[in-house]
Amino acid sequence: MLKLKNVNTFYGNIQALRNINIEVAKGEIITLIGANGAGKTTTLMTISGVVPPRTGEVIYDGEPIHKKSPDKIVKMGISQVPEGRLIFPDLTIMENLDMGAFLRNDSAGIKEDMDHAFELFPILYERRKQLGGNLSGGEQQMLAISRALMARPKLLLLDEPSLGLAPLIIRQIFEIVKKINKESGTTVFLVEQNANLALKTAHRGYVMENGEIILSDTSEKLLANEDVKKAYLGL
Amino acid sequence: MDYFLELFFSGLTRGSIYALIALGYTMVYGIIELINFAHGEIYMIGAFVGLTVAGVLTSFGFPATSIMVLASMAAIVYAAAYGYTLEKIAYRPLRSAPRLSPLISAIGMSIFLQNYVMLAQTSDFISFPSLTPEFAFLDKYSSTIGSSDFLIIVVAAVVMVLLTLFIKFTRMGKAMRATAQNRKMAMLVGVNVDQVISVTFIVGSSLAAVGGVLIASHIGQINFFIGFIAGIKAFTAAVLGGIGSVPGAMLGGLILGWTESFCTGYVSSDYEDVFAFALLVIILIFRPSGLLGKAPIQKV
Repeated sequence: MLKLKNVNTFYGNIQALRNINIEVAKGEIITLIGANGAGKTTTLMTISGVVPPRTGEVIYDGEPIHKKSPDKIVKMGISQVPEGRLIFPDLTIMENLDMGAFLRNDSAGIKEDMDHAFELFPILYERRKQLGGNLSGGEQQMLAISRALMARPKLLLLDEPSLGLAPLIIRQIFEIVKKINKESGTTVFLVEQNANLALKTAHRGYVMENGEIILSDTSEKLLANEDVKKAYLGL
Repeated sequence: MDYFLELFFSGLTRGSIYALIALGYTMVYGIIELINFAHGEIYMIGAFVGLTVAGVLTSFGFPATSIMVLASMAAIVYAAAYGYTLEKIAYRPLRSAPRLSPLISAIGMSIFLQNYVMLAQTSDFISFPSLTPEFAFLDKYSSTIGSSDFLIIVVAAVVMVLLTLFIKFTRMGKAMRATAQNRKMAMLVGVNVDQVISVTFIVGSSLAAVGGVLIASHIGQINFFIGFIAGIKAFTAAVLGGIGSVPGAMLGGLILGWTESFCTGYVSSDYEDVFAFALLVIILIFRPSGLLGKAPIQKV
C-alpha cells in the first residue's frame, strides 16, 4: 500500500533521513521506533508531503506521491496525527473535527463520522462546544485522532500518541488504535518512543537510528531481539 | 454638541479608512507573521488607478455615481493583482528564510513601488475629482456630516461586515482561520496553504484599494507618498487593536481616527500625531499584545 524507496530528506544542508526503505501492507499496523532525533517525525512529514524528500520515491497505491502537495496527499487517503497533537486552539471541538473533514463535501457522512467519534470518545461529546486549547493532553490526543479519522483515511499516520500522557490514558488510546485498525481496516503507521507498547500493538516494526533503518522484523522477533531489548526496552 | 458630533463623524470617517487598511496588515500578519510594509503602497496604487479610470470615464460623460463604482472596481482588480504578485515574487521565495529577510524585502518593495509610481506618474499632488453623490437627506445635518463622510462610513461598515461573514462562514474563511492558528496542521488536514496566503493578500489589497479611492475622492488630491503615511497610521491601528486580530484592526482604526479628530478639534492639529502615537505607547504598556490581541500561547 505504501512504499518508501531509498528516501533521503534534508533540512537545509542537514540530512535527516538516509536511504530509508519502508513497506506497509494494507490492513497492517506497523511501527517505527527509535530515540529522540532519529528521524521518525521527519519520515511521517515526508510521507505527508510537508517536507518532501530530496531523492528517492514514496509510492502510495502504486502512484508516486513524493512530488504532490500535502492537500493532494490527504485527498488520496493519508491522514496524520502529528507530534504534539496540534489542536486548533481557538476552534471548538466540533469545529476541529469539522476541519478534519475539510476536503469532504458530504455533510450527512461528516455528521455520521462526527457521531462515531463521539461514540469512540464520549468525553469529546461532553465538551463539544469548548475550545480545543482548553482540553487536557489526553483529551487533545483523542481529538487529534478523531480529527484525522474525519478525513476517512485509508492510511493513518500516528506520531507519538503516548507523549506526555498518563499510563491509563495511553492504554485506552492504544486500544482505540487497534479497534480502528480491526473494525474499519484502516492501515496504521505508528511512530513511538515507547517501544514496548508500540511493538505489542503493531504487527511489524522498524528500528531507526540517526536517520537510518537499522532493523526490521515482526513485532515478536523485535521484542525478543537482544539489541532492541537493551537499547529500547530497558531490559 | 454640534461641534462634538462633527468631530465624532470626521473621526469615524478617518477611522473607517484606517480600519480598511489595517485589516490588510492584520490578516497578512495573522497568516504568515509578516508586517507587509508595502501594503500602504497598494492603497496608493488603488487611488491612482481610481483616478485614471475616473478621468477617462468623466471625459465620456458618465454620471458621478457610476464613475465611483467603476473606479472602485478597477482599483480593486488592479490592487488585488499587485498584492498577489507582491507576495509571489517578494515573499514566497523567502518563506523558510529567517524572519528578517521577508521584512527587508517588504521595505524594499515599498520603496520600489513608491518610486515606480513617482516616475510613471508625477511627484506632484494631482487633484482627484469628488465622485460622491450628494445625499439630499443629509442636508439638515450638513454641519455635522458631509455626503462623502457618510459614504465612507457606510461603505466601510458594509465591507467589514462582509469580511467578517466571509471569514466566519465560507470554506476559504475556515481555511484562513485554521492556517492562522497552525499552518502545519492546516496543511495536514488538506488546506492548500499557498492558496490561502494568496487569497489573504488579494482580500487585504482589495480592502486597501476601496479605502484609497474613497479617501482620495474625499480629500481631493493624491500623490505617490500617501501610502507611506496612511500605511504607518493603519499599521499603528492594527497594533493598537492587536495585530493578527480582525476585529482588533477595526477597533484600532476607529480609536485612532477619533483620537486624531478630537485632538485636532479640541487641542491643535499640530499635535494629532503626538496624541495618536502616545495613545499607542500607553496601550502597549498596559496591554502589550494590543486591545483584542492574544498573548502568545506557551506551547507545552
